[in-house]
Amino acid sequence: MSASGGEFEVVIGLEVHAHLRTKSKLFSPAPILYGAEPNHSVHPVCLALPGVLPVLNEYAVELAIRASIAMNCEVHQRSIFARKNYFYPDLPKGYQISQYEEPLATGGWIDIPTQGAGGAANKKRIRLTRIHMEEDAGKSIHDDAIAGADSTLVDLNRAGVPLVEIVSEPDIRSAEEATDYLRAVRSILRFTDVSDADMEKGHLRCDVNVSLRPRGSDEYGTRTELKNLNSFRFIEEAVRAEIERQTEVLRAGGEVRQCTLAYDPQSGRTSVLRIKEDADDYRYFPDPDLIPMLLTPEQIERVRSELPELAEQRAERFQSEWDLSEQDAVQLTAAPSIANFFQAAAKQHGAPKVVANWILRDVMQALNELELALDDSPFSPEGLAKLIRMVDEGKTTVKSARGLVAELVESGGDPEALIAERGLAAVSDSGVLEQAVAEVLAENPENVELYRSGEKKVVNFLMGQVMRKTQGKADPAAVREILARELGK
Amino acid sequence: MSERIGTLRELRAALDARQTSSVEIVGECLRRAEASQETIHAFVGLRAEAALREAEAADARRGRGEVRSPIDGLPIAIKDNMVQTGEPTHCASRILEGFISPYTSTAVEGLEQSGAIVIGRTNMDEFAMGSSTEHSVDGPTRNPWDPSRTPGGSSGGSAAAVAARIVPAALGSDTGGSIRQPASFCGVVGIKPTYGRVSRWGLVAFASSLDQIGAFAQTAADCAWVLEAIAGHDPRDSTSIPEPAPAYSGVLSGDLSGLRLGLPKEYFVAEGVDAGVLAAVRDAVAQLERAGAKTVEVSLPHARYAIATYYAIANAEASSNLARFDGVRYGHRAAGAKGLTEMYCRTRSEGFGAEVKRRILLGTYFLSAGYYDAYYRKAQQVRTLLRGDFEQAFMACDALVTPTSPEVAFRLGEKTSDLLTMYLSDIYTVSANLAGIPALSTPCGFVDGLPVGLQILGPALDEATPLRIADAFQRITDHHLACPGGAA
Repeated sequence: MSASGGEFEVVIGLEVHAHLRTKSKLFSPAPILYGAEPNHSVHPVCLALPGVLPVLNEYAVELAIRASIAMNCEVHQRSIFARKNYFYPDLPKGYQISQYEEPLATGGWIDIPTQGAGGAANKKRIRLTRIHMEEDAGKSIHDDAIAGADSTLVDLNRAGVPLVEIVSEPDIRSAEEATDYLRAVRSILRFTDVSDADMEKGHLRCDVNVSLRPRGSDEYGTRTELKNLNSFRFIEEAVRAEIERQTEVLRAGGEVRQCTLAYDPQSGRTSVLRIKEDADDYRYFPDPDLIPMLLTPEQIERVRSELPELAEQRAERFQSEWDLSEQDAVQLTAAPSIANFFQAAAKQHGAPKVVANWILRDVMQALNELELALDDSPFSPEGLAKLIRMVDEGKTTVKSARGLVAELVESGGDPEALIAERGLAAVSDSGVLEQAVAEVLAENPENVELYRSGEKKVVNFLMGQVMRKTQGKADPAAVREILARELGK
Repeated sequence: MSERIGTLRELRAALDARQTSSVEIVGECLRRAEASQETIHAFVGLRAEAALREAEAADARRGRGEVRSPIDGLPIAIKDNMVQTGEPTHCASRILEGFISPYTSTAVEGLEQSGAIVIGRTNMDEFAMGSSTEHSVDGPTRNPWDPSRTPGGSSGGSAAAVAARIVPAALGSDTGGSIRQPASFCGVVGIKPTYGRVSRWGLVAFASSLDQIGAFAQTAADCAWVLEAIAGHDPRDSTSIPEPAPAYSGVLSGDLSGLRLGLPKEYFVAEGVDAGVLAAVRDAVAQLERAGAKTVEVSLPHARYAIATYYAIANAEASSNLARFDGVRYGHRAAGAKGLTEMYCRTRSEGFGAEVKRRILLGTYFLSAGYYDAYYRKAQQVRTLLRGDFEQAFMACDALVTPTSPEVAFRLGEKTSDLLTMYLSDIYTVSANLAGIPALSTPCGFVDGLPVGLQILGPALDEATPLRIADAFQRITDHHLACPGGAA
């Protein structure tokens, strides 16, 4: 039985951590290199050597402000970096530099799509508590094969990578809303160029707080925290499993205990990582190595005025300026890479609706088949515009062009050269076409008769025969013209 | 015994007159350092080979007519909490055993760029926590004036090395008086500049909002030279003062006419201070008046809370700063521990001395949920009030004078069992760290044959005024010229 229809209301809040797209770390000049050898993108500051000091990365601040503005928060002119103290081997200083009492931004909201009554598209507003900046920790590697039994290795490449933590109010009411919210967060982070927000690469991580309360109650129940969920599917599954578990506990007259949980995708169950008897005491205090972060109203306004267009605005523009359908516009703004590709190709080509069709049909299919992201493909918007234009101009056929998309998506290259190389140029030489038409008419006298007796539809059959004779390379417009003339005689 | 080492200015003149060479001077310093280790134990490490090599290079430079700065080719010692590439730094602690730094602190970089030659690292209280240099894993340093007494601390090794005329100058660090109190106990000049004047990059942190690097020398004029080499803005330290440091030597005019000297009434009461110390300080004030200064009584109403405020803030910050010494990446790690918690516990139990552990525990307590507001937040509020007291006082005067320490050098072991008295000996010095203002100690007399220090405090950013006053005082007195018998 689903909890959403039952006697309990689900209350969910998310804490989302997103890596900021900076070249160097939040407080050290070490470069951020994904996939580097362990402990190769480090600096004395990341290693917490004796005597080192943090220096704030200004660009990270700009990105965090940008995210805060895009999420409708109030950005504070004064915020404070604080130390969150705890011991762990992948936390070199013994504290994480974060923000506590005075965060960068508070308030704000994100609208998520929701199905309203009667299936009408609607929006639901999820309020945000705060957005603050902090540094990531390193990684502990417990793998026996790498570290050896009974030992742990530490990789500090990730230590000090800048993050924003986006904390929502407990406004989310279902597992679907939780993933819709996270998708909306991801979209904003990507369209503002704040983060790559790739969950697989750990750029985007999320902790989910779940509690239940009797429907109609306005008090919160005891919540549990699901940690380390690294895909949309796992989040949805884990939240569902946890709702079910809590429902069973409450129905049996039990009490939900405050605890941190892990989700095991194999068993589809949540399990307790640790019980929180008391609140953790991180002994937060303002980091005396850093001065208060002071922003001027001008600085905040500049970031606001330079804020890139978000997905929703972009989709609206595609509809109003280029007359795209809502469905196509939404699909074309699923990621900034697609939207940017479409926008550039449409401008080059001049007929956005035509370009949209090519992207949504052929380019997307090729990407799916190749399991490739558009960002990783060498195919350029110019290449696509040129390919479509060759079809428009009768230099190749739709069939030939579509057959080349997968290859272009995978390996790039100049469509014109590729068409010439493969002998896919449309045949428009009138001598060749006249000859082919004459042969087809001679081979199909009964169809010619039918045409002349009024069965005009047979022209399509005759077209097909001409195309087959020319291996599909004949310029269809030219063939149609010759056929009409010959049949009209 | 070899010849006592003169002031930086004397050595500079001898170099310029080609009466000696850097190699000779550095060689002499190293000989004196080694010879005094048994009795004084000022050093935890000497860099004899490197120092002599650098001296040769300095001599070669001078031969070509290149001189990088007034202290080019002259020897200096550094406290064992400032890192230098390729050299060990262990803050007199077992927990940093074996640590060799892959980078150099900004202050030491400043010395290197000025051509000064670091001859070795001086002893200190472990992690600069202490007022006697007894809390060192390497054993205590002794006071050159009386080896049964402490040199003060925590920069006791640096103070003793200058007092014993082993080196003309040394760097120290001052979190609550760790330069000024040992300067007072050893009869040398020691200056703590404005907070942020000398970069903390490469200074192993004790209490980040209070720590400041400074200098020891026989004279205020020599301190000015050293400060010029190490002071200035550093983008690697976010708390570094953005303005360039003044040229301190240029302000040492000897002229005190019109100078307004503030005497904080809270610090001129007989209670809690040795009568001889107070008399020497009053005498010094009288001499400054004769030299043209006017005195004015000022008040620091919150000074009575300074010690409590200081220990709350310093220990809270220390408890966090010392968390990185966990046995994971460098330094001491307990052998044979089973599991992470046991490794942490045993490493830190074995690695830290009793005083450091005590402060970590206190600091952890001050920051804990439920106590933070009562201790750390309250201490920060009092700190703001105290800073206000000084701002108020400096509206009525150009500098403040007080005793540096309520007493002269105490005996080894005398206070290790009575820590509260030890902490109270910082009574005159901690306020300057809390307020972030510059302060120095200069010799102003003797009690029972032991030096007494006069503390001179200036407003924020103004190290020049205390230096000018100390320099003028040294032109009309000779306390700073006295040197311990063993060093003659």
